[in-house]
Amino acid sequence: MFELFDQLFVNLKHAVVGALPEGWRGLASPLISAAAILGVFASLFALTVLVERKGLGRIQNRPGPNRVGPAGLLQPLADFIKALTKEDIVPVSADKVLHFLAPVVMLAPVLLAYAVLPFGRNMVAVDFDAGLLFFFAAGACVELAVFMAGWSSHNKFSLLGAMRAIAQMISYELPLILATLGVVMLVGSLSLEDIVDSQAGHHWGWLARWWVFTPWGLAAFVIFLIAATAESNRAPFDLPEGEAELVAGHLVEYSGFKYAIFFIAEYLGLFAVSALAITLFLGGWHAPVAGLDWLPSWFWFGVKLAGFIVFFIWVRGTLPRVRVDHLMGFAWKFLLPLVLWNLVVAAVWWYSRGWAFAGAGILRWVGCAAMILIPYSLLGRALYTRHGLGPRTYRLVA
Amino acid sequence: MLGSGIVKGFVETARNFVGSFHDPERLVTIEYPDERQELPENSRNFPMLVYDGDDPMKGLRCVACKICEKECPPQCIYIEVERDAKGKALKHPRIFDLDISVCMSCQICVEVCPFDAIKMDTAFELSTDNRFGGLLLNKHQLAKPNSYYRAIHPLEAAEVDERLAAEQAKAAAKAKAAAAKAPAPAAVNAVAT
Ligand code: SF4
Ligand code: SF4
Repeated sequence: MFELFDQLFVNLKHAVVGALPEGWRGLASPLISAAAILGVFASLFALTVLVERKGLGRIQNRPGPNRVGPAGLLQPLADFIKALTKEDIVPVSADKVLHFLAPVVMLAPVLLAYAVLPFGRNMVAVDFDAGLLFFFAAGACVELAVFMAGWSSHNKFSLLGAMRAIAQMISYELPLILATLGVVMLVGSLSLEDIVDSQAGHHWGWLARWWVFTPWGLAAFVIFLIAATAESNRAPFDLPEGEAELVAGHLVEYSGFKYAIFFIAEYLGLFAVSALAITLFLGGWHAPVAGLDWLPSWFWFGVKLAGFIVFFIWVRGTLPRVRVDHLMGFAWKFLLPLVLWNLVVAAVWWYSRGWAFAGAGILRWVGCAAMILIPYSLLGRALYTRHGLGPRTYRLVA
Repeated sequence: MLGSGIVKGFVETARNFVGSFHDPERLVTIEYPDERQELPENSRNFPMLVYDGDDPMKGLRCVACKICEKECPPQCIYIEVERDAKGKALKHPRIFDLDISVCMSCQICVEVCPFDAIKMDTAFELSTDNRFGGLLLNKHQLAKPNSYYRAIHPLEAAEVDERLAAEQAKAAAKAKAAAAKAPAPAAVNAVAT
């Protein structure tokens, strides 16, 4: 019974592929995977937009959209029709080809990144040995697309927004990748399947052996989340499209469906990076406690992804947009030293795995946690007081 | 420690989120047009003409004295007096037009009217697809019964009613005195309430 549900989609695909004539199978298999990924995540995007608008409304003490369909449930459909039917305006002075290509270049690599993510047991489109590397390589194309959009629009707001986006994405790519490096060091593989497998099993027979339950894993997870928010241009790091100063940044000259594609790509990027966080730190498709592994693996993945989406909406509803210099300072002065130090802690964790005296487990955990918390607090205090990252006070000089 | 402010912020927004589902105090949105807010007594939008009795045109309090027309700062009132066959002015407007696309809701017309004939209405759903004719209201559209006036501005209407009743009583007493002095019956131009 469990096998049936757990492998439902895998078997379904095999059945479809098997029904095709011999020569078509090689082509059909990846196409079916791609179609499934596209369908599932595009509908998830529609759902997320609705949940986000509703949730943000509630956070701000208002009901949110509630006019289209019962309780506003058809709002995504209305938005979709609106985006499709809007006039597509291309500025006269724009570089027409680049202007047209930018949304495509934005969406395609994001979709590529989904190929290596394991969504459940045996549910990965391409099991790459260097899956993690592929993910980041594909993700890096987004920067190109953003700059293409900004440059080709021939508009100073677009260009400024794109410059900001590039600066931000390059700065945050470092902590993002370095945060994942701890996991890679300990697992010894770049394959996301291997990384999920390394988190199988349980501590004390019930708690899953996820990397997030180690001190360095928790720190890396938090840093990864912050950097991922910045990478996907989400609030509070949505400076590239800061309305107050840049109108809409690189999106100023986009309208209609091209704008919608940017929007979709941004959300799909968010899901992809959440899925990567799940894979690296939250045990992929493994259940959190031993008693719950009778539920299908893809169900657990979905639950975790939904949790991430809710969390990102919550973040957006809570934190105001940061200032540009704070953004950069935070990445280079705070996250980067911390994440490098975290690698050292991960190494200490690795070499202390053989400890076998009484209380070794607790000592190892507390020791590593202290190794992170103390620099965190010291660095935070130093930057806060000395390097102008804290609140500014102004004095009138007579 | 660094980050404690962020945690506080998260708690606050979570409280808003949960609270908006069970605490009506938090969810303050009034879902117009399904629900409407009760307008405060002092709200005002554009003027209306008050009439007494049942017939809007006969009961108009306005005597076409044109004071409001002269005083209106943007000059959005246009009045013509009704005349009988001989050309004598009757105390009644033949035309009373008010252009609400020009009116600035200053209430000066109300302040200057000596007959309590023009008062501020509270109706605000006046949108129309005709921006010329649709916004130029004639006396038929402007005429509103006194009961409506009482409903939208109860305190003010009560005061006006009291004053008019007192004036009427005084006029009636004077007429009675005049009638007692001279046997000829005096024509009483009383304002009916
Ligand atoms: S509304 Fe009042 S002020 Fe204006 S014309 Fe009529 S009676 Fe005179
Ligand atoms: S409210 Fe003011 S602007 Fe409007 S009609 Fe009266 S006097 Fe004129």
